[in-house]
Amino acid sequence: MNQKKSKKPMIISLCLIAAVYIGVFIAEQFIPQQSMLFIVLKKGAVYALVAVSMNLLNGFTGIFSLGQAGFMLVGAYVYGIFTIPVAERMNVYQYFDGGLVQFTVPVIIAMIFSGLAAALFAFLIGLPVLRLKSDYLAIATLGFAEIIRAIFQWNGLGRITNSSNMLNMFPTFNDFNILGPDGKVTVYLSTLIPFIMAGVCILLIVLLINSTYGRALKAIRDDEVAAEAMGINLAHHKRLAFCVSSFFAGVGGAMLAMYQTTVQAKSFTSAMTYEILLIVVIGGIGSVTGSVLSSFLFVACSEWWLRFLDEKQIIGNFEVPLLRIGFRMVVFSVIIMIVVLFFRKGIMGDKELPDLLSRSRKAKGRAGK
Amino acid sequence: MSKVNQDSTQVLKLENITMQFGGVVAINNLSLEVNKGEIVALIGPNGAGKTTAFNCITGVYEPTNGIVYFNGEPIVVNHPQGKMIKQYGGINGDLYKDRKPVVHTPDRITHLGIARTFQNIRLFKSQTAFDNVLIGTHLRRTSNMFTAAFHLNAKEEKANREKTAELLEIVGLADVADELATSLPYGKQRRLEIARALATNPTLLLLDEPAAGMNPQETDELGEFIVDIKNRFNLTVFMIEHHMNLVMEISDRIYVLDFGKQIAEGTPEEIQKNPVVIAAYLGVDEE
Repeated sequence: MNQKKSKKPMIISLCLIAAVYIGVFIAEQFIPQQSMLFIVLKKGAVYALVAVSMNLLNGFTGIFSLGQAGFMLVGAYVYGIFTIPVAERMNVYQYFDGGLVQFTVPVIIAMIFSGLAAALFAFLIGLPVLRLKSDYLAIATLGFAEIIRAIFQWNGLGRITNSSNMLNMFPTFNDFNILGPDGKVTVYLSTLIPFIMAGVCILLIVLLINSTYGRALKAIRDDEVAAEAMGINLAHHKRLAFCVSSFFAGVGGAMLAMYQTTVQAKSFTSAMTYEILLIVVIGGIGSVTGSVLSSFLFVACSEWWLRFLDEKQIIGNFEVPLLRIGFRMVVFSVIIMIVVLFFRKGIMGDKELPDLLSRSRKAKGRAGK
Repeated sequence: MSKVNQDSTQVLKLENITMQFGGVVAINNLSLEVNKGEIVALIGPNGAGKTTAFNCITGVYEPTNGIVYFNGEPIVVNHPQGKMIKQYGGINGDLYKDRKPVVHTPDRITHLGIARTFQNIRLFKSQTAFDNVLIGTHLRRTSNMFTAAFHLNAKEEKANREKTAELLEIVGLADVADELATSLPYGKQRRLEIARALATNPTLLLLDEPAAGMNPQETDELGEFIVDIKNRFNLTVFMIEHHMNLVMEISDRIYVLDFGKQIAEGTPEEIQKNPVVIAAYLGVDEE
C-alpha cells in the first residue's frame, strides 16, 4: 500500500543530488575562481535555503509572511558579531571603542546562534502577529522587517551592531579553501561548503515536512477549521512553523554575510524579501525542489545570463538598439511575467524530484482544484 | 456540585445552552443528554440551530450561556458578559453568574475525545485519502518536532500508518487510499471524513448531516455503517440528520429543535406522533 511505494525514484534523486555535489567540487578545482559560475552557485545556494525556508511557511503552512529579509538581517548580524576576529574589532568598530563583544565562536556555532536569534525574534513577533490572517499577516511581518532594519542602524546599539557602519573581516566562504604550506590554495571548497551548509539545512526542512508535523502543517494550509477539529493546535503549530522558518532564514542570513563578505543593515530591504517570494512563486508554492531550482535560475538570470543586455552589443556593423544599463531588469521582468502567466503553478507545481522520476504518479494525481 | 451527581453513563450533557449572535438568539436554552452507547439524533427544520449546537459543543463557538458536560466534566461554561448582559435575549441568564467561564479551543475538545464531521465536507484537499486519515492520528502523538523529523518515532509512525490502513479498510476506502481526497465521489468523501474523525480515537462522534447528498441506497448503507462503527469502536453517536428514514431507523432517541428551541424529545415512535413536531415540519393550519 502507501508505504510500499517504490523506493527507486528516491534513490535516483539522491544519486542526482550527489552528482551535483561532486560536479560542483570538480568544477571548483578546474575552473578559475573568478568565473561567474561560482558567484551564481554560491548566491544560489544561499537563496535556495532562504527560499525553502520561506516555502515552509508560505507554501506548506499557508502563512503568508514577508518578514524574511528581517530574519536574514538578524542572522547576518549575529554571525558577524560573533565571528569578527578580536584583533580586527578595533578597526571594525572604530567609532565604538571596539564594540561590546570581545570574543569569537567557531563558524558553525555562530551560524546556529544566527538561527536561534532569528527564531527568538520570530517567537516574539509571532505572539501578536500570528493571530492575523493572510494579507494582514503579510503587512505586519513586512513592517517588522522594516523596523528591525531601522533598529539595527540605531546609534544606541552601536557597540553591538556598529550602527549604520558595516561589519566585515569575519570568515567568508573563501576562508574554507584549504591552503598549502606556501599560502596557495590546494583544494578549493569555497563553493562546496555553502552547498553542504544549504543542503543540510534543506534536508532538515524536508525531513520536518515529511514527518507527522509536516502533515499537520499541510492540514492547516488546506483547512484551518478541519485541522483544528482534528486536534491540531493551530497556535502551537503556526508558531512552530514560523520559528523553524525563521531559524533557517537566520542561517541563510549568516551565509549571505559570508557570501557578501560585509554586512550592512540597509541592504536587507523588502526588495530582498520580494526576490525570495518571486523565487518561491516561480519554483512552485509547496515544492522544495522548485524553490531550489528556481533560486539558481533566478540568480543566474539576474547576475549572469542577462548581463549582456546591460552593455552595448555590436553584431557586425549593427548596434543592437535599446541595450544599456538597466535593460536587463526590463527583460527580466518580462520573463517573470511570462512564467507567472503561463506556468501558474510555478516550474514544479507541488511536485518534488522523486515525483518527477516515478512512473506511476497516481498518488499525487493532478493536484489542486 | 452538579459534577458529583452526574450519571456515569451520561457522555454528553448540555445544560441551558444559549447562543446569541448580536441580537439573534440562535439557540435558546437548549438542554439535552446523550448516554453511553446511544445513537441520538438532533433534527429540525433548516436554520433551527442544529449545527450551531454542534459548534458550541466542539468549541468553534463559545455559547453565550450554559454548560456543556463531557463525561461529567464541564468542558464549556459561560454566562453573559460585558455588552451581552444588557443584550441577552435568552432565559436563565443569571443561572451561572458565579461560575468561572471555561473555554476550550476545538483541538482541546478533540483531545478529550469528541470528534466531528462537517456538514459541508471539509477534507484536506491537496492530500490523499490515506494522508487525510493519517493526520487524524497526529494529536495522539508522543513524538516532538525533533524526534519526528529524525524518524526516531518510527514505531509510532508505523502504528499510525497501520491504524490508518485499517480504518480505511473498515470504511471501505482501502482501494482509493492513494487517490486525492477531493477526487473521490461524494459518498466516499463522507466516509473518509468519518474515518478521519475515528483516527482521533474519540469516544463521542458528532456527525453533521452524514447522509446529505446521498441517494436512498447509499443512505441505507450509511445507517448500517454508523451502527457498525458504533459497536466496533464502542462509540456514542450524536448526529444531525435530515433523512427521516435514517433517523427513525438507527436512533435511540431524538431531539427536535425549531427556531433555536427544543420542541420535543423522545424515541422515534414518540417523535413521529408528536403533533408539535409535525406542525414544525409541515406548518400549522391557520384556522
